[in-house]
Amino acid sequence: MNLVAREALLAFRRAPLLSALSVTTIAFSLFVVGLFGLVAINLQRALANVAERVEVVAYVLPGTPIEASALALKDIEAFPEVQSATYVSEDQALARARAELAEFQDVFRELERNPLPASIEVKLKPGYRDVAHVNAVAERLRGFGFVEDVRFGRDWVEKLDRLRQIAAAVGLVVGAAFAAVAIIIIGTTIRMAVLQRSREIAIMRLVGATDGFIRRPFLLQGAIKGMLGGLVAIGLSYGAYTLITRYLLQAAFFSRPQALAIVGFGMVIGFLGSALSVGRHLRRV
Amino acid sequence: MIKLTNVSKAYPKGGLALKDISFHLAKGEFAFLTGHSGAGKSTVLRLIYADERPTSGEVRVSGFNVAELKSREIPMLRRRLGIVFQDFRLLEDRTAEENVAFALEVTGARRSAIPARVMRVLTQVGLAAKAQAYPRELSGGEQQRVAIARALVNEPTVFLADEPTGNLDERATRGIFQLLRDINASGTAVLMASHDLDLVRQASYRVIELQEGALVYDSAVDDSGDRAASP
Repeated sequence: MNLVAREALLAFRRAPLLSALSVTTIAFSLFVVGLFGLVAINLQRALANVAERVEVVAYVLPGTPIEASALALKDIEAFPEVQSATYVSEDQALARARAELAEFQDVFRELERNPLPASIEVKLKPGYRDVAHVNAVAERLRGFGFVEDVRFGRDWVEKLDRLRQIAAAVGLVVGAAFAAVAIIIIGTTIRMAVLQRSREIAIMRLVGATDGFIRRPFLLQGAIKGMLGGLVAIGLSYGAYTLITRYLLQAAFFSRPQALAIVGFGMVIGFLGSALSVGRHLRRV
Repeated sequence: MIKLTNVSKAYPKGGLALKDISFHLAKGEFAFLTGHSGAGKSTVLRLIYADERPTSGEVRVSGFNVAELKSREIPMLRRRLGIVFQDFRLLEDRTAEENVAFALEVTGARRSAIPARVMRVLTQVGLAAKAQAYPRELSGGEQQRVAIARALVNEPTVFLADEPTGNLDERATRGIFQLLRDINASGTAVLMASHDLDLVRQASYRVIELQEGALVYDSAVDDSGDRAASP
């Protein structure tokens, strides 16, 4: 076996308690980050679901020939922001109103002619469902001669925007704080492992070990601890997720790349934490 | 081999540890470094194995200039030296054999050659039978033998010993001292710090005496043997 790998593994065997403690500490630190990640992911999903309902409706002047609307529909569908555009004729509008507003059946029956205008309903692509883009699309729709009015629930879209901004800001700040705490705790744990072996490091140097030789097993060990911690954290998160879905609400779990990112994050912190601790230690003594 | 020229060492807070020390240890020579504790014996040794740098003056050790040594060159210097201490400095969780092998592994020695070389030095120090023992299972004298084997395994040109018998009883002391004489007889220069005057008188080796950081006597320079009075 490679000497570096052997030394790294020996350290696990020689100090099983401290190694287990490091892995546990890393696991719980990453678990907290992971839980927050789950909240963020689910919040984002919920917001995306709501945002799907963002819609711009252009009401068509009565008497506009359907061919003109159909032609415009093609142009509108070609807008970069637009996901789909649907023409709703006057009759379709009335049928929909009858179905959706059953309590007004009587009113509809007594109508002599259809008061509802035809319309074009425009849905926007994800990423364009905010006030600025909605406004831009609405402006362009107003430019069509046969469009009488454009509606899109400005207040509602503005509120959604605001909510999204708050979620992003909170996510960034709290996420960064959690990550920072995880990094500090993991760094301290690794520093303990280095200090525990300071005598050994001194002896290694005495017999002519280069700093690189001393450092390498620590780096490998740090990365392994980080990876194990990450895997345990994913396991814990999955447990928490299962409980939440069973007793509280339907939620989403990490995608495979997201789970791998957490494990990778653990590995990187383990590696960098070791590099930092050992480097500092080696410079000092 | 070792040449100190007008070496002084000052610590930021501790004052002057060494004052203008000069001596030269030739290839294959044996010398005692004596003096009371705190006289600067360990500091001299630390300068030689580049654990410290001189504040002024020049320290040359088998071709290396310690004052100008780059950090990454220090391991190369130490691989030419064999060093033992009063407290043995063995790795507690490795067997005698592993402790010795370790010194070879760090130098990147060929893996297949390690066991034979380890056994050879363990035999040389008389511990072949206890190769599998852990330091805690060995007596003080035996632990020091393991440390000596570890120091020898890289075939050093200079052997440094900092109070190697300080923790040992008389019998073990004689054994270790004889081992160092054997090492010297095979051509390795030995510099042994000791305040054990009985040991120093027992052999007719060169004696270098330090007092409060100053070199006050060097039998190679002052053959008459009358020790210079303190200034």
